[in-house]
Amino acid sequence: MSKERIKIAPEFRDIMPPEYRDLVDDATWGKEGRGWKDVGTSKELIEEHSLCAGCPESMAFRYILSSLPSPEDTVMVGSTGCTSLVFPHVAVHNIHSLFGNQNAIASGLKRSLAARFPDQGKDVVVLAGDGATVDIGLDSTLQSWFRQEKFTTICFDNELYANTGGQESGLMQKGFVAKMAPIGKQFEKVRLPEIARESGCHYVVNCTVSKPSLVEKVVRNAVLVARELGPTYLQMYTPCILEIGKQSMEGLQEMRDSEKPGLRFAYKEYASPEAKELIAEIAIKEKERKAAAKAALAQSSV
Amino acid sequence: MSTTVDIGTKNKKGQVYTDPNDLFFKTPRTSFFLTGSEIIKEAIKRSSCGMSVAYPITPQSEAASLIGELFAEGYVDIYSRGASEFDVMSICAGGSFGGSRCFTTTAGPGTLRAMENFPMWAGSRLPIQVCITCRGINSPLSIQPDTLELYYMLETGCLVWHAETAQDLFDFIMKGFIVAEQPDVHLPIAVACDGFFVTHTKDVVMMTPDDMCLPRYDPYRSPVPCMDMECPPVRMMRDPFVMKNNYISYATHASWQQEVRAAIERSRKHTEALLDGLIEVENGDAEVLIVSSGTAVSQGREAVTLMRDEGFDVGLVKIKTLRPFPSRELQAATRNAKRIFVPEFNVASWLAREIKAVVQDNQRVVAGPHVGGGMTMPPEIIMERILRTLKSDKEALAHV
Repeated sequence: MSKERIKIAPEFRDIMPPEYRDLVDDATWGKEGRGWKDVGTSKELIEEHSLCAGCPESMAFRYILSSLPSPEDTVMVGSTGCTSLVFPHVAVHNIHSLFGNQNAIASGLKRSLAARFPDQGKDVVVLAGDGATVDIGLDSTLQSWFRQEKFTTICFDNELYANTGGQESGLMQKGFVAKMAPIGKQFEKVRLPEIARESGCHYVVNCTVSKPSLVEKVVRNAVLVARELGPTYLQMYTPCILEIGKQSMEGLQEMRDSEKPGLRFAYKEYASPEAKELIAEIAIKEKERKAAAKAALAQSSV
Repeated sequence: MSTTVDIGTKNKKGQVYTDPNDLFFKTPRTSFFLTGSEIIKEAIKRSSCGMSVAYPITPQSEAASLIGELFAEGYVDIYSRGASEFDVMSICAGGSFGGSRCFTTTAGPGTLRAMENFPMWAGSRLPIQVCITCRGINSPLSIQPDTLELYYMLETGCLVWHAETAQDLFDFIMKGFIVAEQPDVHLPIAVACDGFFVTHTKDVVMMTPDDMCLPRYDPYRSPVPCMDMECPPVRMMRDPFVMKNNYISYATHASWQQEVRAAIERSRKHTEALLDGLIEVENGDAEVLIVSSGTAVSQGREAVTLMRDEGFDVGLVKIKTLRPFPSRELQAATRNAKRIFVPEFNVASWLAREIKAVVQDNQRVVAGPHVGGGMTMPPEIIMERILRTLKSDKEALAHV
């Protein structure tokens, strides 16, 4: 959808909600090179959120939405959980249907959009919690990867069921004491990134959201690889500060502490040979674009 | 933005997009002798179907496989197998959210495994069509014909139509898309038939020409936005649906449930025009009526003949749509009846309960005969039940 289509008829401008006017006037739709640095300076694609104060998910949401290569042609699919508290405020079409079926919904959606808009390159991005991705929705998650569906799956891994009050999940660490794990979780954290790689994902990253530039890079790579090649998977640590006994201001440090070398959220990336090639091409084009922009800026200031 | 095609133009297979009323009522039809599963394929061939997702449930999967052949031939745009019925129904939902006309089939345990999706379809206003070829849902494992699963479908928010014959099935599938996709309806539709009795037997069906087809689905006639980022995104609400401390949230859900049911009722006017009414009445003035749906109607029709041969005047009411339920029509049709018999192929007698809930003097309604687990229901059983009841009524009257 071009930005032209969301323009407001002058007669109605004064009665349109302010956030919609901002979207038309100051969003980064259609802007090449959009990214996390637009946060706070341009209209963001997330209005408010109903998450807890200091929740790392709210940061992650902002970074991801600011990093989508083409939000004007992106549809997101969510699931039940804390993320579903945010999606009503997001300025791209998004679907919540059931708990755990997000990758099945995305499969049908992507195929439908590909058939209806063969020349337009509509992106589909799934964003769900670890309960939806790894427990109740594991079947749909894996099946979509087996089928080589061309969309990105992002898992907000907070290692428990946060929205229902901190119950054990498959991505919880072994031994962690939680609701429904009264003597500590009895089995290891499910190694979904490895399973994703073996299931046919072309690009897999395991990381935290402590570094916005890193989030921007992996989100762009994941969406663009999915668009061209096949399924991609990002697992991002977004700790539930409430359920692990942290204060509102401690989420960032918790992520930094968990991404040190050897720890469970140390940065890990896998790219298939085709994906590596594509990412290299994208990097070259991005470099050329930045050089051209810099040259244009220099020219205009002369 | 509209994707409405011009009537009279051709699709990539050379089929002419035809006005539905012309296709249904004006074009000449030709007779074919086919199984119910083959009929489903033929109906889909003429329905400009965008997406079909399949799962091989035992043994009614033949229709879904046959639609795969249509995909290979180019009559269906998107086709694949899902990993389970839950997966299939969700993939269909994704396709429908994305603006495609979607069709799938299921039966028995598959219907129940898929069940969480049906109210979601309705609440999301997705006009997906599922053809339910009914079979048992009980344990021990059953693959026999049984309509118990339709009981579970009644409050999902879907339109539910019940075909008696292969001819019904052909017409209901094509007409079902048209009714379900009306802007003032825009709901999913379950077109049901009785497994084996309809799906696996051959019957003569009058079909429309296969070089003519329905217009394509236009997602921009939907009462809710199509999820394709081709219309401006809106901020849905101040607080999300699941906020429990918010009266607005309660009101939203309550009014939406009412709206879905109101949309079912609004489908009546479209359905009446296309199906020639929600019920069909034969000899409605009789004091004894057999009222049913699906193949139980066929058995009832045979029983009517047997009863007439014995000198009894018995009428027949065929219910075509379970949702919307033909309450007013049944009240009128049964006004003069002293006894109303409801033969059913399920243990619960759900149709009798539905009828009892809407007709006056509902002690007239006899819930039966009903058979379950795939047992057959010969017309003699229906006749025996009627005669036994009438005799009992007579004895009771004499006793008074």
